Amino acid sequence: MNLKISNKKLAKLARLEVLNMIFESKSAHIGSCFSCIDIIAVIYNKVINLKKIKYNRKDRDIFILSKGHACASLYAVLALKKFFNKKNLRTFGKDFSPLMSHVSHKVPGVEFSTGSLGHGLPFAVGCALARKISGIKSKIIVLLSDGELNEGSNWEAMMFASHHALTNLTLIIDKNNLQSLTTTNKTINMLSLEKKFNAFGLNCKKIDGHNYEQIQNAFKKKSNSKKPTVILANTIKGKGVKEMHNKVLWHYKPPSKEEYIKFKKEILL
Amino acid sequence: MRTTFINSLVEIAEKNDKIVLVVGDLGFNVVEPFQKKFPKRFFNAGVAEQNMASFSAGLASQGFKVFVYSIANFPTFRCAEQLRNDIDYHKLDVTIVTVGAGYAYGNLGYSHHAVQDYGLIRLFPNFNIFVPGDILEVEASLNYISKNNGPNYLRLNKNNDPKIFKNKLKFSKGRFNYFRKIKKSKKLILTTGSALISAVKFSEKKNYSNFSIASCPLWSPNYRKNISKQLSNFNEILVMEDHYLDGGFYSYILETIAKYKIKNLNTSNFSLSSKYNYFSASQKKLNLKNGLI
Repeated sequence: MNLKISNKKLAKLARLEVLNMIFESKSAHIGSCFSCIDIIAVIYNKVINLKKIKYNRKDRDIFILSKGHACASLYAVLALKKFFNKKNLRTFGKDFSPLMSHVSHKVPGVEFSTGSLGHGLPFAVGCALARKISGIKSKIIVLLSDGELNEGSNWEAMMFASHHALTNLTLIIDKNNLQSLTTTNKTINMLSLEKKFNAFGLNCKKIDGHNYEQIQNAFKKKSNSKKPTVILANTIKGKGVKEMHNKVLWHYKPPSKEEYIKFKKEILL
Repeated sequence: MRTTFINSLVEIAEKNDKIVLVVGDLGFNVVEPFQKKFPKRFFNAGVAEQNMASFSAGLASQGFKVFVYSIANFPTFRCAEQLRNDIDYHKLDVTIVTVGAGYAYGNLGYSHHAVQDYGLIRLFPNFNIFVPGDILEVEASLNYISKNNGPNYLRLNKNNDPKIFKNKLKFSKGRFNYFRKIKKSKKLILTTGSALISAVKFSEKKNYSNFSIASCPLWSPNYRKNISKQLSNFNEILVMEDHYLDGGFYSYILETIAKYKIKNLNTSNFSLSSKYNYFSASQKKLNLKNGLI
């Protein structure tokens, strides 16, 4: 639980696990997993208190993966952080494994199941409100994808979070600029997300979503702010394997045997 | 029913400080007693039902007992997936309370007609379905909910509903509450919800004096066994409900009869026909027009 490991090392080990999991189960979404894996690694390594989560304390921090299809990254980080035995990762996506290919709350360390987009943020808002009215200090963090922001429920939730000044709530957007068929701009051009977030009453910060220091610093709060925070993290879909970078194909395709060997070498470099 | 609901809720909230009331920008002249007494446990979600359902799940996940109050289709169909994925799948203690059952808001048009609601809810395995037939059953529902975790669906008619039962009710899963029990009769009129009022009137007019009359205010996919045991005491049963036949209570009863292979039981029903009404009419007229006496 208190394993000292650098953000970079944790993310690298997690990438390798994810590559194995996706390869062995012939699953989709490896590109989505790699675009947010650095963020998830930093959150579990430096931002939230893992002990309280493990003991299911009432004042535990809460992390919610709203883009549930990137669950292999979360499972890998949880296993590396000893929430469960790493051997179980081998069962990912296989028959009768609890490690289903959209994040499941039946997996140790996972607070909430998602898979249908636009559910994680409103749920997180409820958690943040619960903590606020109970007078319990804790961090509520929810990771969303940029394509997911098409869902209106997110904007309903932002209005509510802002109205209730949920300062304990942090959204982090995995902005990889791609969604299911093409780029986000060609699908539904959301124009300036930053302007939208500010207009909805959130404090918006922009970072490089693969820069460990920037990710870690982004979670440090201004103590006087009365607003929820949103971190707009610029990312690259498939980050870590050049061949996958910014390609919609890797939203679907599992690597072949040859690709697997090649990608593994690249990640290990 | 609305007033009875809010008064009962205030009563149980006095004893349980985890009870929270969330409203979907509705409840004028109804919810104020709770709001005044517990301002810190009252939230208006605004006109945004998806967020309302999900954040209620979030509140419940952190130990709150959440009641969500709105009209008819708004906290059900509008946010069906939030009920399915967030509340039901995670088995959270959220009670969805709807007002305006069946054609209670008759004149307001189709958007406000709750004629398919429990058809939707009964697809969700963890939901308990409360469909009280009078205000005593509303009180009993709240009392039961206060002691048992959700998810729950509580379907209310409107105000000024008559008190049909005379004494305090025993309340358990799938239990039939008898308004009238005819000794040695094997015939039963079974209702859920405010069709109980129709049933009582119906039995007076027609030649149904040898039928017992019972209400089934709490049922769900998981209570079939208990219901089947009670059904097997009869050889003729008439089911009445203010909901479409498809996915309704009568179809639930028929499925139960089939599942438990209950023999020698004749069934018939008054349910609402699955069709649209492109005119304004009162609850009474719409019920008549659509097959519920």
